[in-house]
Amino acid sequence: MAEKKFLMGNEALGRAALAAGAKALFGYPITPTSEVLHFWSKEACGPKGKERGLIFLQAEDEIGASFMLIGGVLAGTKSFTATGGPGHVLMQDAFSMAEAMRLPVVAYLNQRGGPSTSTVIYSQSEVNLACFGGNGNGYRIVYAPSNLQEMYDYGIKVFNTAWKYRFPTFLLGDGYLAKMMGEVEIYDPKEKGIAMIDPEAYMLEKKRVRPLEGLVPSPELEIRREDGVEYACFRNCLNYEEETLKVNLEIKEAWDAVAAEIVEHEVVGDPDAEVLIVAFGIVAASAKTAIKMLAEKGIKARLFRPITLRPFPDEAMRQAAAKAKRIVVAESAINQLARFVKDCLYGRVNVPLTEYARPSIGITPSEIVDVVAKL
Amino acid sequence: MNAAHAEHNLAFPECVRIESKPHLFCPGCGHPEALKALGFAIDELGIQKKVALGVDIGCSLLAWDYFNLDTIETHHGRTIPVMVGMKRANPDALTIAYVGDGGAYAIGSGHLLNAAERDENIMVIVINNAVYAMTGGQEAPTTLPGMIVDTAPCGADEYFIKGPQLVREINPTAFVARGITSRQLELRKLMKDALKFHMEGRGFVFVEVLSPCTLNWKTMDNPHKTFDFLERVLARAYPVGRF
Repeated sequence: MAEKKFLMGNEALGRAALAAGAKALFGYPITPTSEVLHFWSKEACGPKGKERGLIFLQAEDEIGASFMLIGGVLAGTKSFTATGGPGHVLMQDAFSMAEAMRLPVVAYLNQRGGPSTSTVIYSQSEVNLACFGGNGNGYRIVYAPSNLQEMYDYGIKVFNTAWKYRFPTFLLGDGYLAKMMGEVEIYDPKEKGIAMIDPEAYMLEKKRVRPLEGLVPSPELEIRREDGVEYACFRNCLNYEEETLKVNLEIKEAWDAVAAEIVEHEVVGDPDAEVLIVAFGIVAASAKTAIKMLAEKGIKARLFRPITLRPFPDEAMRQAAAKAKRIVVAESAINQLARFVKDCLYGRVNVPLTEYARPSIGITPSEIVDVVAKL
Repeated sequence: MNAAHAEHNLAFPECVRIESKPHLFCPGCGHPEALKALGFAIDELGIQKKVALGVDIGCSLLAWDYFNLDTIETHHGRTIPVMVGMKRANPDALTIAYVGDGGAYAIGSGHLLNAAERDENIMVIVINNAVYAMTGGQEAPTTLPGMIVDTAPCGADEYFIKGPQLVREINPTAFVARGITSRQLELRKLMKDALKFHMEGRGFVFVEVLSPCTLNWKTMDNPHKTFDFLERVLARAYPVGRF
């Protein structure tokens, strides 16, 4: 039965993983995300957790944790990790491998100050890293919740997206969302009609439902069937540039086929508004309040909020922008969200754009009101 | 015996994938000897369907399709955590990490030491040839004092990592041994004992194998020199046996 609870964001994430049927958390403690580990380790060693076969392992570092996560996924277990900041940087090595081999790793990433160790709580400066970290072309799915309830909702959804589409899938929160406490409706996905997708092993799976051919890029896979048994061999070190090209084009083709059904966005406010504010995550929540405050001053403003940062909701963004006379991008980073917006609009929609960039610091509704009022 | 083996009448383990032969290792390389010993042990124990083999980056990666075994090539130094994750998620899997001395003792040393400390139920095989081989002969943590290598042109320093001794120090109950490719029957017995320990779920299994690198030892033209260096130099610095 669904019930409302007073929870911290990180606990909402832990409960979301549990509700999604996740089995294994491989992690390494880091502020502002450690409470996900605290929650899961407690669940795993309790009687219910033991019955469900929950796995918790605190690794030697984030590199270890993220490669253990790959091991868990290869074994066909819904596995995840939770980190942020410098830990998120270290995990890019494994995320690259997951991107190359179409391994559905799931990570809860709570952004903290940057660059470097910086402040331990808040920023929006891990957008580039989450979307495009690693030495590939950024084929990972990134959801950005903007309130506690969405931490739970999208905390469940990331598992389904990952195992359905087989791309690395991340929830990109921040330390404010992770550490704040509030009311969250906890539910079993079944109650809401959400069917959870079953995972399947990449290795030692002898009764496969979804074939590996057509999923793992062909130069990376060799399958041998002998006496009715399948032996799958995977590689990511390739011999020829042409093979690497093929891997990348096959990944792109798979991505392009599903990106349109993955994208999510939200638009709030008067469609006739001259000012379009673009913001994501907790800054989008702040912008919603700002829109109400501006309305009281007789200024019409509208919010475009990408929920998926990757794939970016390009079409919807262009439609919203085409109706505006001014665009304001507000983010707790410099030119990370704004770059996505500019990429999306360049050569298609010509509307002046103002950037309100406050790296690693929160943005209040009244600040947004001031920026819009001064346009 | 499977058809390919019967047709060629080969003295290879049955779990070897004949289609991927000839192998890609250099002539005189020790890797195929170590892999053969492992393959025979797998055959004898009848565990081909249950083994998940993880291979590291470096010359180890050339083993990615050496066997008819489910095999994953990982990143440099990261094979141990991948196999740890897999074993935790699938306790029925027999998980073997096949790593070079650079992967195990340099870039992946943190993973090795902590997996040993946690007594993870995985089997780790480290090929020690005293050099970074695939990247072109640079200094490894196992390079012996005074050896001339590409990143130590004036001679390597006096220290070197003794893996099995180190693992034994951390984990008193693990299976810990060092073998050598020049003693194939001993090596097969060692691999079999190690695998049995792993199958029984008795904790961390660590096998180092002394192995020649004819290319970087510059002995490709002279098998006697290769054998001499392996048995008379390497095996003296790194004693073979159970720890």
